Amino acid sequence: MRIKPSIVDKIFRIGFNALAFFTVGILVVIISIICVKGFSHVNLEFIFASPEDMGRHGGIFPSIMGTILLALLSIVFATPLGLGTAIFLTEYTKESVFTKIIRFGVESLAGIPSIIYGLFGFIFFVIQLGMGWSLLSGVLTMTIMILPTIIRTSEEAIKAVPRNLRIVSYSLGATRWETVTKVVLTAATPGILTGIMLSIGRVVGETAAVIFTMGSSLRLPTSLMDSGRTMAVHFYILAREGISMDKAYATALVLVLSITAINILAYYIMNRVVSRYS
Amino acid sequence: MNQMTEKLYILFLFIGIFTVSCGRETSDRKDNQSPITIAGSTSVMPFTEKLAEYFMLDNPDYVIDVQGGGSTAGVQACINRTVDIGMSSRRLKDDEKSLRDITICNDGIAIVVHPGNPLNNLTIDQIRGIFNGRIKNWKELGWIDRKIDAVSREEGSGTRGSFEDLIMNKMEIDDGIMVQDSNGSVKEVVATDPYAMGYISLGLVDERVRGLSVDGVAPTTENIKDGSYKIERPFLFLINGTPDENTQSFIDFVLSKEGQIILKKEGLIDIL
Amino acid sequence: MAFQKENFIKFILMVFALSSLFFLFLIFAFILIEGLPLFLKVGLKNIIFGFKWAPTKGSFGIFPMIVSSFLVTFGALVVGGPMGLSCAVYLSEYSGKKMKMLLKPALELLAGIPSVVYGFLGVIYIVPLVRNYLGGSGFSLIATSIILGVMILPTIISISFDALMSVPKSFREGSLAMGATKWQTIYKVVIPSAKSGIMAGFILGMGRAIGETMAVIMIAGNALKIPTSILDPLRTLTGNIALELAYATGDHRLGLFSTGVVLLVIIMILNYMANFGIKKKRLK
Repeated sequence: MRIKPSIVDKIFRIGFNALAFFTVGILVVIISIICVKGFSHVNLEFIFASPEDMGRHGGIFPSIMGTILLALLSIVFATPLGLGTAIFLTEYTKESVFTKIIRFGVESLAGIPSIIYGLFGFIFFVIQLGMGWSLLSGVLTMTIMILPTIIRTSEEAIKAVPRNLRIVSYSLGATRWETVTKVVLTAATPGILTGIMLSIGRVVGETAAVIFTMGSSLRLPTSLMDSGRTMAVHFYILAREGISMDKAYATALVLVLSITAINILAYYIMNRVVSRYS
Repeated sequence: MNQMTEKLYILFLFIGIFTVSCGRETSDRKDNQSPITIAGSTSVMPFTEKLAEYFMLDNPDYVIDVQGGGSTAGVQACINRTVDIGMSSRRLKDDEKSLRDITICNDGIAIVVHPGNPLNNLTIDQIRGIFNGRIKNWKELGWIDRKIDAVSREEGSGTRGSFEDLIMNKMEIDDGIMVQDSNGSVKEVVATDPYAMGYISLGLVDERVRGLSVDGVAPTTENIKDGSYKIERPFLFLINGTPDENTQSFIDFVLSKEGQIILKKEGLIDIL
Repeated sequence: MAFQKENFIKFILMVFALSSLFFLFLIFAFILIEGLPLFLKVGLKNIIFGFKWAPTKGSFGIFPMIVSSFLVTFGALVVGGPMGLSCAVYLSEYSGKKMKMLLKPALELLAGIPSVVYGFLGVIYIVPLVRNYLGGSGFSLIATSIILGVMILPTIISISFDALMSVPKSFREGSLAMGATKWQTIYKVVIPSAKSGIMAGFILGMGRAIGETMAVIMIAGNALKIPTSILDPLRTLTGNIALELAYATGDHRLGLFSTGVVLLVIIMILNYMANFGIKKKRLK
């Protein structure tokens, strides 16, 4: 029996609507569970106190600081390197074998799973270079991990700057470097910042690469050679060991909220680009 | 430079100052405050952490840094001198004998099941059969018709090594058996799955899991002390050469009556 | 003088670019250098096709893990593929501006949730569900596939969405003008035109699933045998590395590097296939 195409059409229309809501529903469920179960345990004390009894009681301040330190320091190292590379590739050279090799490397690195970074960072930085589990090992590993993202997003942001701006700048007598810093970079800043924010988000959410390089010490890291935890690592250990479900949910909440805040910030910055150029 | 770039530079400046001052802090610290680093067995870690907490309460200028990584990692770190004390839950192998080992306590390995499991006792042969894959179903042990969800530790784990030496006796642990990478996670599986069975550090057994008697002997600290429950292994602190003053103070504390009482309260077997 | 300054700056930037290149290749080189010796010592066949992983006793067979990695990836595609593609179709063909504004950030949020959180929720909710209603311990192929499927949804949706959006409006208009319904247009015209982009999305989703570590070791059970049913536990290549890395020494550690090499090769191949598909779509 052949069903009328218009009815089939309606069925699919309804089906697709339902599906979209289901997908959003999954997100809502995940966020709700974390919020509902974690909310009552997140308070000022939780955020600013240190963990006691392996994290069964107390707060997560050292993990929060560990996360902030790891993310910021990684950005400090990766941004000049990545931005410089992007500027070099777009403004200072023509397409050649050399640039193709670099792009090949960047594309390849972008797909490497985080456990490989963990494996590399652990054996190379922690053991062979003798840095031990430390903030430094973590930072160096994460820098390499976010480098491709910074290079790619910076390149795209720079490429998106209209040619006219450059032409006008040169015609006014500016040198290449002046043009790059005063004109191109200024215009590309929102795009570059978005890439930076995305990378920060990645570092904050990363566990496999961090736990094997930065370690899992419960203390507040006060020097580069200290070990420490990030929120993601702390959450993983709490959850895996069954130390405290309450604290686990609370940590998850802070973690997810942080990443959400970073994403919202990135979004806000990106929108400023659109409004600036439309 | 425009506004945004200026702001970025200021941000970077702050980060730079912060990083430098972090480094400064370490060199400003008094000798007493350089951290004692301890790493190794994940079985020993929670107890060392507890001891460290107590020790630092009484001696606030001490900083003790405890990490996991596994018995083997602890041995390696000790050999490479990247830590002050290594923790191990298995005896040293021949090629590791350059290190000095100090037994801080003994720990039993308990065969645990879900509290709802009606079984109370198994023979060593049965346990062997379960982890070897020979016995697959609870009905073979007198319970319901349901597959046994056995959980083991990963290769390289001190706890697994001791379990293999003391129970498996050269028989291999079956490939189809689940693996978790810490005592805590094995305990979690057993606590939540009514049909699970695993082996964990005795010190971790609480009301969420139940330890089975082996060949009629219950897994209690008394039975380990008098030798009737034979499945036990030492918790070791490993030192490379002579420890410095701070490290020695901590070790003395752990071996003292105070330290041993703490360990005993946690379910371990003190060595006094 | 300005010329000298310019050259100097170019030089500095080139050093930066070279440093980036150096770090980029450092990882590859290191993993390969550490991973290759064991292949030579034990034999490529014995590792890739070996069935027994007992590295402290000399067996380095990772075949079960290769199979398991592919099984969970395939499972993730089964769970996330149709749902993701359908969502993308909805976004591009049916939804209005408002829905797009709501769904896009929702997707970004979903993508930003750390994998350990997914793993945790999987253990608390999905594993007991499987255990109580389907059997087994719950730590299984099916539980892992479900969680991974959800995790790769954002990837599949956004790439498929881009592919669908790049199909020219004229295609749709032409089809409707000839009397086709919207659904007929979508499934006979739009989707086939976006085929290579959609495939790329699926392949990238595969790459993500096969590279996932934390969520997998929490849910999969990590048993060393090839699973014979979807309720059996399994261990992936990523899980193997993560579980034993901290404890491994000597040849055991080399074995983990060899696992890493195999994993890298598989993911590189998947990535190139995906990029090829995306570029092909762009060229059209």
